[in-house]
Amino acid sequence: MTPEADHRGRPGPSTGDAGAPQVTVDGVAVTARTGQTVAGLLVSAGRTSWRSTRGGGRPRGLFCGIGVCFDCLVEVNGVPDVRACQRLVADGDDIRTAPRPRPAAPGGPAGDGTRTGEA
Amino acid sequence: MAAHPDVVVVGAGVVGAACAEALTAAGLRVTVLDRGAPASGTTAAGEGNVLVSDKEPGPELVLAQHSLRRWRVLLPALREELGPELAEVEWDAKGGLVVATTAAGAGSLTAFAAAQRQAGVRAEQLAPDRVGELEPLLTPGITAAVHYPEDAQLHPVLAATTLLAAVRARGGAVRAGVAALGLRRAAGGAVSAVVTSAGDLPTAAVVNACGPWAGAFATAAGAPITVLPRRGVVLVTGPLPPGTVRHKVYDADYVGAVASGDADLQTSAVVESTRAGTVLVGSSRQRVGFDDTIRVAVLRELARKAVALFPVLADVPVQRAYGGFRPYAPDHLPVIGPDPRVAGLWHVTGHEGAGIGLAAATGQLLAELLTGAEPHVDPTPFRVDRPAVLTGAEVRA
Amino acid sequence: MARLIAVVGAGPAGMAAALAAADAGAEVVLVDAAPRVGGQYHRQPPPGLADQHAGPGFARLEAELAGHPRVRHLAETVVWALEPRPGGHRLHLRTGPADSPHRTARVLDPAALVLATGAHDRALPFPGWDLPGVVTAGAAQALAKGQRVAVGRRVLLAGTGPFLFPVAQSLIEVGAHLVGVLEANRVGATAAGWLARPAALLAGRAKLPELAGYLGLLARHRIAYRTGHAVLAAHGTDRVEAVTTARLTRDWRVVPGSARRIAVDAVCVGFGFTPQLELAVAAGCDLDATGTCVRVDIAQATSTPGVFAAGELTGVGGADLAAAEGRVAGASAARHLGLAVPVPRAALRQVRAGRGFAAALAGAYPVRPGWRSWLTEDTLVCRCEEVSYGALCQAVRQRAALGGRVLRLTSRVGLGPCQGRICGRNAAELAEALLCRADQRPPLTPAASARRPIAAPIRLGELATTPTEPSEHGFASTDPTDRSEA
Ligand SMILES: Cc1cc2nc3c(=O)[nH]c(=O)nc-3n(C[C@H](O)[C@H](O)[C@H](O)COP(=O)(O)OP(=O)(O)OC[C@H]3O[C@@H](n4cnc5c(N)ncnc54)[C@H](O)[C@@H]3O)c2cc1C
Ligand SMILES: Cc1cc2nc3c(=O)[nH]c(=O)nc-3n(C[C@H](O)[C@H](O)[C@H](O)COP(=O)(O)OP(=O)(O)OC[C@H]3O[C@@H](n4cnc5c(N)ncnc54)[C@H](O)[C@@H]3O)c2cc1C
Ligand code: FES
Repeated sequence: MTPEADHRGRPGPSTGDAGAPQVTVDGVAVTARTGQTVAGLLVSAGRTSWRSTRGGGRPRGLFCGIGVCFDCLVEVNGVPDVRACQRLVADGDDIRTAPRPRPAAPGGPAGDGTRTGEA
Repeated sequence: MAAHPDVVVVGAGVVGAACAEALTAAGLRVTVLDRGAPASGTTAAGEGNVLVSDKEPGPELVLAQHSLRRWRVLLPALREELGPELAEVEWDAKGGLVVATTAAGAGSLTAFAAAQRQAGVRAEQLAPDRVGELEPLLTPGITAAVHYPEDAQLHPVLAATTLLAAVRARGGAVRAGVAALGLRRAAGGAVSAVVTSAGDLPTAAVVNACGPWAGAFATAAGAPITVLPRRGVVLVTGPLPPGTVRHKVYDADYVGAVASGDADLQTSAVVESTRAGTVLVGSSRQRVGFDDTIRVAVLRELARKAVALFPVLADVPVQRAYGGFRPYAPDHLPVIGPDPRVAGLWHVTGHEGAGIGLAAATGQLLAELLTGAEPHVDPTPFRVDRPAVLTGAEVRA
Repeated sequence: MARLIAVVGAGPAGMAAALAAADAGAEVVLVDAAPRVGGQYHRQPPPGLADQHAGPGFARLEAELAGHPRVRHLAETVVWALEPRPGGHRLHLRTGPADSPHRTARVLDPAALVLATGAHDRALPFPGWDLPGVVTAGAAQALAKGQRVAVGRRVLLAGTGPFLFPVAQSLIEVGAHLVGVLEANRVGATAAGWLARPAALLAGRAKLPELAGYLGLLARHRIAYRTGHAVLAAHGTDRVEAVTTARLTRDWRVVPGSARRIAVDAVCVGFGFTPQLELAVAAGCDLDATGTCVRVDIAQATSTPGVFAAGELTGVGGADLAAAEGRVAGASAARHLGLAVPVPRAALRQVRAGRGFAAALAGAYPVRPGWRSWLTEDTLVCRCEEVSYGALCQAVRQRAALGGRVLRLTSRVGLGPCQGRICGRNAAELAEALLCRADQRPPLTPAASARRPIAAPIRLGELATTPTEPSEHGFASTDPTDRSEA
């Protein structure tokens, strides 16, 4: 994952963003933008999913974008169940996505959920 | 037009469903009525514990012990009859763990368990430092602990709908959205029909299984009984990793709260996980009539006690809170038997916070009494004709 | 706190209500979960990026609120519970970063309450709708407007209603390649088509140039706007890679032979809006006949004395109507406190006209029953608990799961973290259809399913220490985490 690269929206970290928050995503250092949500950060880094369901191990990312669907949950600073679309990044945040677990039984779906960008 | 039912059961909660199941098993033609959706009343609020651990020696414990045995026989039989899907009730013989966190609590818990052992309950005293083997995430500040391996859990709405499916499979009827409004009586005074919102339904026997609303129906039927609502609220957390909470765990003051008739709010943490991964934190007990407001003060007490037992729960999101009204008689015993005033009218209610667990034996007992068979438990303590149920019922109902 | 009015929600409706009430002399606390006022309509990009959407109207409004001596804005603050108290209601608040366990607690006992909690997109299920890359139209809009990020590179937008237009515009602005806009209803593709009702024509006249502008924009970018079309399935393994679209009959069944596969990396779907009812339901407010909106009278009063409602919560009609309703609600709340308030005639007129327009919109862009035929046995109805359509059918048929509560408890639909906010309405309609077929009475009660006493997430540890009584002045005004937006 190359979270600093911004393949989506137009502007990258704006040059005028002096207090740009420095965070880590799954241990990798990333410069975010002031006012960015965790989901905004992840999507602009090219990720579409960052969690998997408990039952079927289905990948999940952003869905409603306004805090009602609970699809986009991440762990922030050791606290799980944080809605990525609602949470603003803050300097020093340790953001953990939950990669898709390995299949419980042989023959299950391949568990490659850590795949990030499509590049 | 089908022939008239032998028995009309009013109320399709778990108690009415269990009565109807037992009556159809005895070969009777049964119609079950509910003014709402079946299993949507108190039963939908129940946590589904099938417990012996919370009961002191006495008639209710005897009924609970019979009911445990009865569920264990009934559920496999229903699986044979209905198939595994329809008979799925998420039965889980997980066992209960009762803990004390003070020196005084340790003494009374130990004495309570000793008395239960005398009454045939399996109550295994654990050394406080061994509790972690059963519940690794429990607070270390435990002063006494008793393990009750017989305690089990089931899904109350699945249980009630499975019982009703058996009723249907045996030719009985379940009618949703039909309210019972009163009775018609024959010349001799015996029941001849139920008056319903969908017209008269002729029958010679009517079972009042209206849960907390049993008093109202009894009054409408001309035979008032005292059954009152006791509010209970449960918190549900978001899904947690398996193994966070393994048994039904509660602090020993729960036993005091169950037995008390105090109107004031009582809470004690009863913490347990469900098959869906959520943790239920129950429950409060309060006499507020039928006021269904969910109070933050009540939720806070539940949360406080749950976090005291399982500190790891502090960071867990609360997903939901809901409540119901436990039906109780002033002497806190179920009401099961014929009405002494109206021939053909039977009351089966007042199971308070234990109706899910007690339903299996209750249905069986009602069917035995109604068909004249030998009862498998002594029905005397539960009879309608007792002062707590009849005295002042006219005024209070 | 005899003069305190709490306004929950700082979208167009809540902002207008706060100003109207404060101008009438009331002390107002304006509460919103977002860090900045504006709601969905006026969502702003982060500082440092051009405020392209902050038109002069919004900037003035925001400044007026910030400078008003009697308005206090509690940003990043959720109302997670509302309970009745003698003579009014009590609000339980948490201020701080979303879902953080370290937020500040507050309890408010306002003398009157304006609820302006807005709505969220309605998403209909279809095979593959839970694949990553399939998002609601509102999500794409929030991401574009609030984060200046496109949800994908090759994007298809589908659903029903004029809300698809501003979303298309925002997607174009953030550089997405929009491969098409599919409107499921078969309204004419011209302005005249969807305003073909005399009342609406009058009421919606102001909207005509706006609509023509959107159609022109799509034409300039050579983006097809197809009516009577929908996304039937999304394909992919870990994310959406393609969709199947098809032409629909009038009632939204698929026209045989019309299916087409299109490669995309994102799909945005929106089928109207579902109001956020939980606080209104907790306050005991009656709902309208559809069971999805709060019922209000001409003064925006709900059935609960002292509780007023405005905006999408009372019916979906766009930001202008929401703001007009807010002005009326704010004035009514102030009058409820005994303040002398002139009748807000202009706002009342705007509300009346706007409602006519909203009714015409609702008539032109309904959700039609054919959507149910898009589902297959294994299509998830409930995303959280992963309940398939087949499992839902089984619960309804085998368990005779009639009531909403019983349906939830037997099938687990709506029992997950979203508590049925996404799936509740869909599941109820599916169950109702199955029951009608089985010739049974469906006693489904939408109000009961909007009953969520925990209106916003709170952690067990926060709840364990939450204050239950207001502090001396209703709220702790010295708290450093308070900020009225800078
Ligand atoms: C929070 C809470 C937790 C609980 N936890 C447990 C537990 O863990 N274990 C346990 O064993 N018990 C528990 N209980 C208690 C248990 O839920 C009840 O004892 C049990 O559900 C009572 O069942 P019932 O069938 O008598 O009543 P209900 O389920 O209330 O059924 C009565 C039915 O009668 C219908 N009705 C009423 N009047 C009429 C009329 N006039 N005409 C037609 N229909 C009518 C109603 O619609 C209703 O469906 C709990 C209760 C609460 C509130
Ligand atoms: C995601 C989304 C994007 C939209 N974008 C546009 C658009 O670009 N253009 C357009 O014309 N229309 C848009 N709409 C339609 C839009 O909802 C309305 O036209 C307008 O914003 C409605 O105004 P409102 O004041 O009723 O509600 P909203 O603007 O939705 O405001 C409601 C506010 O209430 C707050 N709130 C809700 N519950 C609580 C709580 N418990 N505690 C604290 N705060 C709470 C929310 O944070 C929100 O800010 C959008 C709708 C959605 C769902
Ligand atoms: S995307 Fe729905 S809650 Fe975040």
